[in-house]
Amino acid sequence: MSEVAQEKQDLPAIERCHVLICAGAACVASGAMEVEAAMKSKISALNLEAEVSLFDTGCVGTCDLGPVVIVYPEGTFYVKLKPADAEEIVTEHLLKGRVVQRLLSKDADHVEVPSIFEHPFFAKQKRIALRNLGVINPESIDEYIAVGGYASLGKVLEMTQDEVIKLVLDSGLRGRGGAGFPTGRKWAFAKAVEADQKYVIINGDEGDPGAFMDRSVLEGDPHSVIEGLAIAGYAIGATQGYAYVRAEYPLAIKRLQIAIDQAREYGLLGKGIFGKFDFDLEIRKGAGAFVCGEETALMRSIEGMRGQPRPKPPFPAVSGLWGKPTIINNVETLANVPAIIQNGPFWYSSFGTETSKGTKVFALAGNINNTGLIEVPFGTTLREVVFEIGGGIPNGKEFKAVQAGGPSGGCIPASLLDIPLDYESLQKAGAIVGSGGLIVMDSDTCMVDVARFFLEFTVDESCGQCTPCREGTKRMLEILTKITKGRGTLEDITKLETLAKAITQTSLCQLGITAPNPVLSTLRYFRDEYLAHVVDKTCPAKVCRELITFDILPDKCTGCTICARNCPTHAISGERKQAHVIDQSACIKCGECLVRCKFDAVVKV
Amino acid sequence: MEEIVARHRGRPGPLIPILDEVQTELGWLPRWAMIAVARGLDVPVADVYGVASFYSFFRLSPPGRTRVQVCMGTACYVRGSQQILDALERKLGIKAGDTTADRRFSLESVRCVGACSLAPVIVTGEDCHAKMTTAKLDKMLDACDP
Ligand SMILES: Cc1cc2nc3c(=O)[nH]c(=O)nc-3n(C[C@H](O)[C@H](O)[C@H](O)COP(=O)(O)O)c2cc1C
Ligand code: SF4
Ligand code: SF4
Ligand code: SF4
Ligand code: FES
Ligand code: FES
Repeated sequence: MSEVAQEKQDLPAIERCHVLICAGAACVASGAMEVEAAMKSKISALNLEAEVSLFDTGCVGTCDLGPVVIVYPEGTFYVKLKPADAEEIVTEHLLKGRVVQRLLSKDADHVEVPSIFEHPFFAKQKRIALRNLGVINPESIDEYIAVGGYASLGKVLEMTQDEVIKLVLDSGLRGRGGAGFPTGRKWAFAKAVEADQKYVIINGDEGDPGAFMDRSVLEGDPHSVIEGLAIAGYAIGATQGYAYVRAEYPLAIKRLQIAIDQAREYGLLGKGIFGKFDFDLEIRKGAGAFVCGEETALMRSIEGMRGQPRPKPPFPAVSGLWGKPTIINNVETLANVPAIIQNGPFWYSSFGTETSKGTKVFALAGNINNTGLIEVPFGTTLREVVFEIGGGIPNGKEFKAVQAGGPSGGCIPASLLDIPLDYESLQKAGAIVGSGGLIVMDSDTCMVDVARFFLEFTVDESCGQCTPCREGTKRMLEILTKITKGRGTLEDITKLETLAKAITQTSLCQLGITAPNPVLSTLRYFRDEYLAHVVDKTCPAKVCRELITFDILPDKCTGCTICARNCPTHAISGERKQAHVIDQSACIKCGECLVRCKFDAVVKV
Repeated sequence: MEEIVARHRGRPGPLIPILDEVQTELGWLPRWAMIAVARGLDVPVADVYGVASFYSFFRLSPPGRTRVQVCMGTACYVRGSQQILDALERKLGIKAGDTTADRRFSLESVRCVGACSLAPVIVTGEDCHAKMTTAKLDKMLDACDP
């Protein structure tokens, strides 16, 4: 009770409850705005405006449960809402104080979870970079300030540049954009260079397909990234910043722009910040090239050129944007900075492992029950993440592997589920932390096909500057395609390995250098699957079309005709209420009959 | 056109923001527009074209009335987006990257729109369609271009 009282004191004025509605991209796509509109009109119809405040917040993390609403002070967590449900929450919960049980989220045993504080999805998390998501309204600078925002910037401006850098070094913070380079060291390099002008850049290109933490942070807590960047700017002596955000994220761009405008209005950006420091920030849209996430390519893109990487050195800290010393930090890296300043470096380094300090945000996606965003201390095991936080694999399927680090990373098989998630352990296993995308794959995923998928990605995204990357990845893709069509040979597997080595050794940038990783790691852990394709001409996961056929089980088929009506090539025939058959010569293996049949009569063999 | 170029001229690295605004205005980047931008900035047309063709965000042919973007990012792929893209290609009778002859739809494959929790995802115009199945395609197409 006292806790509740405390919470209540923290709320503005006399409001009885605080209703937060998630306005993250996933929830908006699931209809959050309609839910919000319904709630608002009901609240005003019942004249509750004075007692109840309703506002948007950033991604809460449980994106597949959207639209979600949290009612404070109790933290009642309503999920999968429709507009009519929202009205019921107003009339029942907000007006009469009765929790609407049927709209609560449920745990793995289908028992209602009374509040977000007791939800198993959040129990193992430690939210630092995500501290304000699901807590404040991202479009309100006042709320950010109310939770201590911009105090770190104020504090930093009382310190010397070297003190700030030392503090960040002591925290052990490493870059979250992929390479894991110590942030304090990067800042120290740039500070040491004398120049009339320096730049700091937010890397919000988030190219790893399947990772969405940077998007969520920019949408849900843009001020923390701005504050982190301003602190970086002060530390190295830069007065101009750029935020490079991919054009595919319009909501992130919009919220960041609102935040920048508000910060300018409050004198927290622009000339004479706290009377001591000039710093401003401009957004540049990333125009859809994965390679532009690489720092030298990103700078060229801001300069208005084709985003092609250049050799390093010189490092950007020495010669970066327009030849001036520049540091580039990832969105999540920067979002951590104000929290580190506020709570001290040793608070931060108390989380995590010996060499991987602090916490990491992971995006859970693919074949997993609870998809969404989580933040855990480094060293949390993959098993905890997939089975405790992620709730395991849906539809009774078996866990097969997780792809960590996207197209530059590798897979981790079931035998390594107890691996601690940190930079070193993942590297040893042939994967990387990367940006933190974790794609969970179940027994229906073909690992050869996944490797082919990533190679196709690299071939598309290679900037074409160097031959090994441009031509070598194409050769690898051809071989992989051949294998998935059942035309591969044992020699092809050796060829893949030789090509991989050559590409890694001779490519200019990390895109090429790491491109073979998904192939190498699937070969390491799933060689038998490659062999099945090559030697037995079978696809054990039944994915590769050339190696499977679709069949109808006569004893299960009820003759409902649904499959026949949906088959694009009219390959299925049969009388109503009679078992149907597939004409294999006409079947293009699109799989439509399998997904449409309600009687499990269609099988892949 | 001239107004857009004038507004950015003198700012550092103006080309990409200009092309972005021109595309927002016209829906794509016709040749004449790229020539006008090159003149306005006093740079070779080849440079403008080189930049425009490098970035997948810039469209060098006019899009259909509704752009149908199928996410082919990793999360969507492992949840079956290939099957959905194939089905759309058959339904519309075009390949990804093309526009239907009646200019109603253009079909694109994109790499992650950041809604991976809702995979597989299709974006049409401003709308994001979650947890797509081939069974929902007809209704989706009808709704965007009745
Ligand atoms: C091909 C390629 C793509 C990259 N994409 C991103 C990206 O999308 N976001 C990001 O923050 N870093 C990306 N990086 C890493 C950046 O080059 C750079 O290391 C990082 O932004 C530095 O910030 P940090 O030290 O805070 O991690 C990419 C690197 C490569 C080689
Ligand atoms: S390795 Fe590939 S992406 Fe990197 S510079 Fe060379 S061609 Fe471009
Ligand atoms: S959908 Fe299934 S049950 Fe119906 S006709 Fe086809 S195979 Fe038989
Ligand atoms: S897989 Fe596709 S083409 Fe083949 S029978 Fe089924 S619906 Fe028809
Ligand atoms: S977008 Fe709402 S929980 Fe992630
Ligand atoms: S992979 Fe499709 S939205 Fe991310």
